[in-house]
Amino acid sequence: MTQSPTLSRRPPRSAPSQPRTSRRPTSKRSGADARAGYTFLLPWLLGFIALTVGPMISSLYLSFTNYNLFDAPKWIGLDNYVTMFQDERFLQSVGVTVGYVVFGTPLKLAAALAVAMLLNSARKGQGFYRSAFYAPSLIGASVSIAIVWKAMFGDAGPVDQGLSFFGINLGGWVGNPSMTMAMFILLTVWQFGAPMVIFLAGLKQIPADLYEAASMDGAGPVRKFFNITWPMLSPVVFFNLLMETIHAFQIFSSAYIISNGEGGPAGSTLFYTLYLYLRGFSDFRMGYASAMAWLLVVVVGVITLIFFKTSKSWVHYSGDSK
Amino acid sequence: MTTLATPTQSIPDDQVPHYNPKSESATAKRVKNTIFHIVALALTAVVLYPALWMVASAFKPNAEIGGANTSLWSNNFSFDNFVTAMDGIGGVSTLQFFTNSLVLAIGAVVGTILSASVSAYAFARIKFPGRSIFFGMMIATLLLPFHVVIIPQYIVFNQLGLVDTYVPLLIGKFLAADAFFVFLMVQFMRNLPAELDEAARIDGAGHVRIFTAIMLPLMKPALISTSIFSFIWSWNDFLGPLLYLNTPEKYPLPLALRLFVDQTQSSDYGAMIAMSVLALLPVLIFFLVFQRYIVEGVSTQGLKG
Repeated sequence: MTQSPTLSRRPPRSAPSQPRTSRRPTSKRSGADARAGYTFLLPWLLGFIALTVGPMISSLYLSFTNYNLFDAPKWIGLDNYVTMFQDERFLQSVGVTVGYVVFGTPLKLAAALAVAMLLNSARKGQGFYRSAFYAPSLIGASVSIAIVWKAMFGDAGPVDQGLSFFGINLGGWVGNPSMTMAMFILLTVWQFGAPMVIFLAGLKQIPADLYEAASMDGAGPVRKFFNITWPMLSPVVFFNLLMETIHAFQIFSSAYIISNGEGGPAGSTLFYTLYLYLRGFSDFRMGYASAMAWLLVVVVGVITLIFFKTSKSWVHYSGDSK
Repeated sequence: MTTLATPTQSIPDDQVPHYNPKSESATAKRVKNTIFHIVALALTAVVLYPALWMVASAFKPNAEIGGANTSLWSNNFSFDNFVTAMDGIGGVSTLQFFTNSLVLAIGAVVGTILSASVSAYAFARIKFPGRSIFFGMMIATLLLPFHVVIIPQYIVFNQLGLVDTYVPLLIGKFLAADAFFVFLMVQFMRNLPAELDEAARIDGAGHVRIFTAIMLPLMKPALISTSIFSFIWSWNDFLGPLLYLNTPEKYPLPLALRLFVDQTQSSDYGAMIAMSVLALLPVLIFFLVFQRYIVEGVSTQGLKG
């Protein structure tokens, strides 16, 4: 199929004639390089050890203990992990989060791709639309927007009233457990601008002559999409899918604000990270919260792995893929 | 294209577009363009409506905000809500919250620029043992849910007596904890020609010289987009301040806003929305000024909003 320019941005490094700096005169140089390397890397290295690796290890340890911040941690083995699966609120938070990820992310990406393709065809005004559509992504996670969302989707609020004008009565959003998820999904879909901009950059890399050749062969828009656009865009789709999925698992601020930090009504907005926060910082059950955090790491890790494994069958890297 | 119906040849071909076959596709194009703009403008209206609703509501009296009022227009525009909002909450003025947010955001920008650029130089331009392993670990932290570190971090900062200070909120910025910015700068530096530092080395320059005199000036675009995003992310951050700050005098805007909502509840919608607008103001201004730059940055570097 379509063999053509790569989507990877890096041009092949010119002039392979000169071997880069390396193995020139002596080991004195590489020794100096090593020292310089670690010196320059120092800020990141310190942060990585003190703020990531260290905390990860202690969080793993804490996940096997009972710890309330005041008394010494008490080793309880796997109890936290066992309790989790008997904890109804925990199970509910898993359900809420999975529902949000499974429905919100594909819808957001579909919207992003559709709008990107719409914009890609036009020359005039593209810059304006790109910016306008991107704006929500920049402000979407803020407390301000969560407040606005809550006000707009309030029971008998503007959105409700607007819909009832068309004869649609949903019985409220914020106070109605069966509608809160839809409200959060709309909030994330509304922020389609960030993946859209990345899709647009990917679409621009697809050479126009592919489409021209396909037209000559009598291919319609649907065939063009599935035989050219989708395969050529698949690395970008993969990137967006991975990032948005991981991102979606971590929704917090808007859930906290819209539900007054409680996950209501009826636990319908009890997102995983909100429950983790409540357990850790309201109930001071830090061991339990650590166990929840580690479960999240494992789940995200497994999902990432699955994405990468399955990507071989549908992500096409043209050119120099390894 | 040759013309089909030109009686005389006095007019050059390309100035008689109306009678050639191309003209049909030109009209079709114009229709297509019009449809595109109608669709795109309608979409713009839908997408921007919440933001416009917020700004419009901030100027409306309370009675006109809730309920059936989906309209953006009001006959009673006033600044009253802003006046109430500027009074602040819990005896602290909104100006104070603004200052706090500003201190945190500027601290975040300075810290990130310093630490990320230096670390990125090591990854991109110096050869040392273990570099690729560390680089892989840095990439892995991009995917790591940060919730796994917040509990131990909180415990440590609590034991050090640093809760309710800005140290926990800023220290990560000075230690390049936002792997995204390090990664962004590494990618950027790798695209700069290697001949640059080779020439400088032959002239006897060390890494410090090469970094400060050659790399930093060339990295301006990466430094600018890092600054913009680290400012906005810090400005919008909610979880960090929620965890670490207890006294309202130290609250940044998002936390103050939450306090405001908690205490006023729905009794003063107008002031609440006005304060939301104030809290977003710098982000909106940044966006209007740098929008081209921001959007371009996202498309080339895959930044998230």
